[in-house]
Amino acid sequence: MGTTGTPTNITQGSGTRGGIGESTLRPDGTLKVTGEFAYSSDMWHEDMLWGQILRSTVAHAEIVSIDTAEALATPGVYAVMTYDDLPTEVRHYGLEIQDTPVLAHGKVRHHGEPVAIVAADHPETARRAAAKIKVEYRELPVITDEASATAPGAVLVHEGRTDHHIGHVPHPNIVHRQPIVRGDAGQAALGADFVVRGEYTFGMQDQAFLGPESGLAVPAEDGGVELYIATQWLHSDLRQIAPVLGLPEDKVRMTLSGVGGAFGGREDLSMQIHACLLALRTGKPVKIVYNRFESFFGHVHRHPAKLTYEHGATKDGRLTHVKARIVLDGGAYASASPAVVGNASSLGIGPYVVDDVDIEAIALYTNNPPCGAMRGFGAVQACFAYEAQMDKLADAVGMDRVAFRQLNAMEQGSLLPTGQRVDSPAPVAELLRRVKAMPLPPERQWLSAGEDADVRQLPGGLSNTTHGEGVVRGIGYAVGIKNVGFSEGFDDYSTARVRMEVVGGVPVATVHTAMAEVGQGGVTVHAQIARTELGVAQVTIQPADTRVGSAGSTSASRQTYVTGGAVKNSCELVREKVLEIGRRKLGTYHPAWATAELLLEGGKVVTDGGEVLADLVDVLEDEAVEVEAEWRHRPTEPFDLRTGQGDGHVQYSFAAHRAVVEVDTELGLVKVIELACAQDVGKALNPLSVVGQIQGGTTQGLGVAVMEEIIVDPKTAKVRNPSFTDYLIPTILDTPTIPVDVLELADDHAPYGLRGIGEAPTLSSTPAVLAAIRNATGLQLDRTPVRPEHLTGTA
Amino acid sequence: MRVSFTVNGRRQEADDVWEGESLLYVLRERLGLPGSKNACEQGECGSCTVRLDGVPVCSCLVAAGQAEGREIVTVEGLADFARQRSEHTGCATGACNSVGGDGISLDEAQRWAAKGQDSQTGEGAELSPVQQAFIDAGAVQCGFCTPGLLIAADEMLERNPNPTDADIREALSGNLCRCTGYEKIMDAVRLAAARQSEAV
Ligand code: FES
Ligand code: FES
Repeated sequence: MGTTGTPTNITQGSGTRGGIGESTLRPDGTLKVTGEFAYSSDMWHEDMLWGQILRSTVAHAEIVSIDTAEALATPGVYAVMTYDDLPTEVRHYGLEIQDTPVLAHGKVRHHGEPVAIVAADHPETARRAAAKIKVEYRELPVITDEASATAPGAVLVHEGRTDHHIGHVPHPNIVHRQPIVRGDAGQAALGADFVVRGEYTFGMQDQAFLGPESGLAVPAEDGGVELYIATQWLHSDLRQIAPVLGLPEDKVRMTLSGVGGAFGGREDLSMQIHACLLALRTGKPVKIVYNRFESFFGHVHRHPAKLTYEHGATKDGRLTHVKARIVLDGGAYASASPAVVGNASSLGIGPYVVDDVDIEAIALYTNNPPCGAMRGFGAVQACFAYEAQMDKLADAVGMDRVAFRQLNAMEQGSLLPTGQRVDSPAPVAELLRRVKAMPLPPERQWLSAGEDADVRQLPGGLSNTTHGEGVVRGIGYAVGIKNVGFSEGFDDYSTARVRMEVVGGVPVATVHTAMAEVGQGGVTVHAQIARTELGVAQVTIQPADTRVGSAGSTSASRQTYVTGGAVKNSCELVREKVLEIGRRKLGTYHPAWATAELLLEGGKVVTDGGEVLADLVDVLEDEAVEVEAEWRHRPTEPFDLRTGQGDGHVQYSFAAHRAVVEVDTELGLVKVIELACAQDVGKALNPLSVVGQIQGGTTQGLGVAVMEEIIVDPKTAKVRNPSFTDYLIPTILDTPTIPVDVLELADDHAPYGLRGIGEAPTLSSTPAVLAAIRNATGLQLDRTPVRPEHLTGTA
Repeated sequence: MRVSFTVNGRRQEADDVWEGESLLYVLRERLGLPGSKNACEQGECGSCTVRLDGVPVCSCLVAAGQAEGREIVTVEGLADFARQRSEHTGCATGACNSVGGDGISLDEAQRWAAKGQDSQTGEGAELSPVQQAFIDAGAVQCGFCTPGLLIAADEMLERNPNPTDADIREALSGNLCRCTGYEKIMDAVRLAAARQSEAV
């Protein structure tokens, strides 16, 4: 019996046109509501074993010894592997810097680092066997912040660095440093009538995708391995996995299994190599599924940050200058830290026009949990700080907070502090206007159902802590800017294979890409693009795998732009070939074949005037047309390492929020009543999905405003709350209504004028909620998340 | 040990069940019903929600042995469960003529069995009103929370055919979703309720 849960083609087709701009429904929707959709944790194979990872119980230590004998002797155990059992000399991996050991070697650098792996015939047997492995640690002092990282004589988290950042960082415990210097901020500060300063702290957020890390590795007869996996980028995984296994890339055949959310947490490898190693060692299929506890250790988090800002303005409310220093804690391994630094610095002043800017952003190596990609990627932390500053400065100048932002808002043609010109619509002032114009929820909304207070609508909810006494309302605004796509000169391409043929008497398009569908709805959009470009009703989406070229990452709000662009491009190439066939076979029957602009619509070849020339069925007959092509957006360039100047970004995404909160000031409980969003999406390829992305992103921003934080003990660098009992994410009771106003101002550089949308709403949501709480309480609140003790003064 | 119970109207037996195994584990790993999801194994997320003798429970917190001899409905059986209920009451969410009714009886539940799924893509599958509403309203993104939410929402509509928004939020407060921000889940439940009252 084969592998259960192998993804199949999904065919969607109906009488509808179902092209771009329509809210077509997900092609995988039926599978997902019936429980038939196979997530990576649902994979099953006859005779399969379960893998388990033993993780370090301390954050920083030398490994004195590892004794696996008792674990290996446990009945039901098939293999135990440590660093010494790795098959090749390639024993590290990493997205940009290969600094992460597959299994710890001589040293562990953070709490929960993988030390050994076990395969057994029952998951509980594997867990118990792993617990029998004896590891002796000699603990080292922990590096936990900038002061301890750069103190004289500080222990180096990584000795002997050879990566390409080591030459320009001030200390080996700093992964990367990016200054952005434009004009003369010191001089400009002299012309400021008002100057405000602030120091802000951003807590460590977890992606908390619901489907934990998991996958199934099946050894193949040719010595290779088939890996069914939930990831954000198959080919990036492949590039890192194959060398460790000592296999050529074509012997590591990867197929995307169902992905239960990602949000950046699946950009780095988790259990991929471990499952493959155990499968190749035992000759049996091996499945690894993290539980929630392990998941908190099994992926990188959002960088916690300390941000120091100085803003100045003239009496009439014009920004004079911004100085900023952003310190991101990258934890024990580099992951995406360098790129996060690039974003935090280059977008560090937000969507405003300031000529004189002096920014420095760094990421540290510490013994805290590794941090990397999460939705918003560096821009989130900066937005939290600069938006707090904008409120402070508006108050100092004596202007309305929204009007002050609008006065300083960037627009098309403005320059970023990197010197890059914004050459597509930047409707920052308009988004603020729209979000402010939305009707406000009624005062004392908890009485809306009648005479008595509905406690469910009040802070504290069903705990029944107030019926409205001590409850104060506050309103806050924020706006943000996020780059779309991979920046700083990265070759950010995607590949799409599109085939067109007649099946069962109707023309059918088949789309094959390696795009990771993580819930965002890329598969829906690909089918829409194929319908629009090829005029077919029926589109088959093939499972994503490594038999087709790379699609790049499902991150940076880039997939609809880049893989969507690749699908569009391949469809256009297919259309040209189809028309060539038509001209060859039927060209003599009508002069328009040679003279008119021809389109494919409704299963027919038509002229741009709407005249039908032929049925696609008659054009194609039994021929199939197939194209696989790469597609790129326009190139970017790296930021200068001293000045940060350079055209580093591809596109920008803007969203604005208005938060309405009610705070029980006595207990410090917050209820967010409404979180309205206005966002420019360029072109909504699927309006239903666009709104869903905006609401989901908004809610993750709400989470880090009022509840979500991984707590790391500053003395031991150990994680204190790795569970959903102690790490809280918003429930449906914590989440307010989220009215969304979608603006569509086309970006002429992008396919269909679209704009990447997934991340921008996560930026401005958090500072809007914080601003609303400050507005309600009059408190300063310069850290997020806000906890009750910060509001009651008992912190 | 051996555990036997009824799942989606069929008698099922699992052998060699270790005492520590949860109902969720037995459903997923021993009975080939992976529709119920495991996102926390701690009773915090609701992804594993099934009905146990009609009551929605976190199956990760139910020891498999506790399910001995009892009736379980999982997402895989939800469409048939709703259809059977509708044939019995004339109402697919079960709530139409019996405000505050107590769902279907154990005896009735024992007389139905879920149909096999033979469609590879699921296209054309017969869905319960709540399932259809989740698709139509865009309430599914990654879908990992969906099975648990469907079971919980279906059970709520069975009890309460005209829920207020606050009722819906309260009933679904044990089910985490990380993708949607819940707005479209609210839309889906409202849609299922509205379609149901139109149908009466
Ligand atoms: S898996 Fe059962 S409640 Fe989370
Ligand atoms: S749709 Fe992904 S968790 Fe709800």
